[in-house]
Amino acid sequence: MKQFMVFVRKEFYHVLRDRKTLLILFGMPVMQILIFGFALTNEVKNSRIVIMDEAKDPASQQLVARIASSKYFEIERTITGQRQIDEAFKAGKIKMALILPAGFNEALLHEHTAQVQVIADASDPNIATTLTNYIHSIVQDFQSELNETITAPYRIVPETRMLYNPQQKSVYSMVPGVMALILMLVCVMMTAISIVREKETGTMEILLVSPFKPFLVILSKAVPYLLLSFINIITILIMSVWLLELPVNGSIPLLLAVSILYIITCLSLGIFISIKTETQQAAMTISLMGMLLPTIMFSGFMFPIENMPLPLQVISNIVPAKWFNIIIKAVMIKGMGLMAIWKEVLILAGMTLFFLLAGLKSFKIRLA
Amino acid sequence: MFSVTVNDITKVYGKEKLVAVDRVSFSVNKGELFGLIGPDGAGKTSIFRMLTTLLLPDSGSATVNGYDIVKDYRLIRNTVGYMPGKFSLYQDLTVEENLHFFATVFGTGIQENYQLIKDIYVQIEPFKNRRAGKLSGGMKQKLALCCALIHKPTVLFLDEPTTGVDPVSRKEFWEMLKRLKAQGISIVVSTPYMDEADLCDRIALIQAGKILSVETPENIKAGYGDTLFAVKSANMYRLLETLKNYDKALSSYAFGEYAHVSLNDNKIHAGDIKQFLAGRNIQEAEVIPAAVTIEDCFIKFLKN
Repeated sequence: MKQFMVFVRKEFYHVLRDRKTLLILFGMPVMQILIFGFALTNEVKNSRIVIMDEAKDPASQQLVARIASSKYFEIERTITGQRQIDEAFKAGKIKMALILPAGFNEALLHEHTAQVQVIADASDPNIATTLTNYIHSIVQDFQSELNETITAPYRIVPETRMLYNPQQKSVYSMVPGVMALILMLVCVMMTAISIVREKETGTMEILLVSPFKPFLVILSKAVPYLLLSFINIITILIMSVWLLELPVNGSIPLLLAVSILYIITCLSLGIFISIKTETQQAAMTISLMGMLLPTIMFSGFMFPIENMPLPLQVISNIVPAKWFNIIIKAVMIKGMGLMAIWKEVLILAGMTLFFLLAGLKSFKIRLA
Repeated sequence: MFSVTVNDITKVYGKEKLVAVDRVSFSVNKGELFGLIGPDGAGKTSIFRMLTTLLLPDSGSATVNGYDIVKDYRLIRNTVGYMPGKFSLYQDLTVEENLHFFATVFGTGIQENYQLIKDIYVQIEPFKNRRAGKLSGGMKQKLALCCALIHKPTVLFLDEPTTGVDPVSRKEFWEMLKRLKAQGISIVVSTPYMDEADLCDRIALIQAGKILSVETPENIKAGYGDTLFAVKSANMYRLLETLKNYDKALSSYAFGEYAHVSLNDNKIHAGDIKQFLAGRNIQEAEVIPAAVTIEDCFIKFLKN
C-alpha cells in the first residue's frame, strides 16, 4: 500500500511539474467548451436582409416591422429597384431579399391571397434554408393574426412543442458531445504517454527489476489522471451551467458517477495503448489520430448516426464516446434516471474491463 | 558459494540471427568484485540484462543467488540491485524524491539502509532538492548507485557505471565499490576501460559475444608470456608504420603516447630495436621495457 501511494505521488509530480501537460490537462477543456459553446454554433442570427417594399401600405409595413424586430434578421436598408437587389447580393452584403409587390394590402383584403417574393443567397444551402424557414414562420404568424378576425372555413394549426430544448439552443447537443470528446482526448493521451515514457527513458528497466507488480503500475498510473479528470468534469459542468446556461435536469450524483465510469474507460484505453507501443511519439499519434477522428465522427454529436450507412453505424458501436453521449444527454438534458441508461452503462463497463484485462495481459514483464 | 553462475548462455537478436552473446560461462564468488571487460558491442549489456531477468537467454542457463534467471525471476528481482548503462532515474524528481521512491518501491526506507549509502550520499546531499535531470554526470552516477543500493541488495549489477564520467569521479566511484565489497555485497561491473580491470578481483575479457579469458588481473598479466617494449619517437605515425615491418616483432600498436612492441624472443634487447629503427632513418627513438597491462593481454587474445 505504501508502495502504491508513493507511486501515485510520483505520478502527480510528473504531471504537476510539466507545464505543457498541465496546459493540455486543464487549458484544453476550458478552451473547447468556450469555443464550442460560443463561437461554433449552428444557429443563424442577425442575417442582413434588404426589403423592397413597393406597396408601402399598412399590411406591408406591419410585416416589415415584424421582420425588423426579429433577432434573426437585421434590415440592411430598404430599396426601390430590382437592380439594387442584384448589386447587394453580388457585393455579398446580404443573405436575403424580400419583395413586397404593390397593392399588397388590397390583394390581401379583397382577393384573400397576397404574394411576397423571397430571394436567398443559397451559396450556403443550410443557411439559406434556415433563413427561409424563419421568414416563413414570421409570415405564418402574421397571417394567423389576420385570420383571427376572419373565420376561415377549415383550418389545421399544428402546435409544435420542442421537448427538452424549447429554444433549440445548440449548446444542448454541443456540451455533452464536447464533454465526451475532451475527456476522451485528455484521458487517453495523458495515460497513453505515461507508461511508454518510462520505457523510453529507461526507468521501466529499473522498475522491472524490483518487486513492483504490473497491476500496481497500471493502477497507480490511472489514479492521478482519474482525480485530475474529475476536476475537469466539475469545471465543465460549472461552465455549462453558469456560462452557457445549460440546465442539469437529472441527478447530479448519477451524472458524476457515469462521468467517472467514462473516465475510467478512457484511462484503461490509454493504458492499453501505452503498453502496446514503444515510443511516446507512436502513443501520441495513435491516441490523437485514432481517437479524435472516430470520436468526432461516431459519437453522434456532430453527425447523426442514424443517417449513416449501415456499416458505419455498426462501427460507431465500438466508440466509447457514442455511449457516453447517449448517457449524458439522457441524464443531463432529459433528466432520466439509471433505469433509462443501464444498457449503455453496462457497455462502457464492459469496454473498460476489456481494455484493462488486455492491457494487463500484454504488459511485458521483460524487455523483449 | 557462488553469487552468480552462468553456463553456456547464448543470446540471439532479431531475424538476422545476430549473436550478441555466444555460449558464455563464468561464475562470481560471494563478496567478489567481478568485471566484464570489453569494447562497445561486445555483449556486456545483453549479459547484464539476462542476469537481471530482463531478457531470456536463447540457450544455456544462469543463476543469481542460486535462483534460476528464467523460473525464479521474481525472487531475483527482489534481491538484486541494478544500475543500467543509461541514466534511468526520474529526471523531474529531486535527488531525495528519487531515493525515497526507490526505497519505498523495494519495501524499505532511506533510514533502514542509510549506513550502506552514507559515504556516497553525503556527497550529493547538498543537492538533495535539485532535480535529477540537472545533476552533473558524476553526480547522476552517484545518485543512481544510491538508488540501486538502498534496498541492501546481495548482488549488485552495474552496467558501465563509469562511461561518460570524468577521471576523478571514476576513481572515486571505484573506491566506493571497494567499500561496498567490504560490506559483503557481490558486485558485477562492466566497463570498456581496460585500466579499470586492475581494480577488480577477477575479470572476464569479452569480445564479440565470446569470453576470451576469466582470471584475476594479475594472472592474466602473468600469463602474457611475451617480452614487451614501449617505443617513442618524434614522428609517431612513421614509427608505427616502420614497426609494422619489423619481422622479429609479434605485434606493434599505439598505446597512449607510446607504441608497444611485443616479441616472443627474450634475447632481443632495447638496443636491437633502436638499431633496427636507426637503420630505417628513425634516429632518436626511446625504447624501454614496458610493464604488461590488461590491454596488451586483450590485444594478444584478439590476435590469437
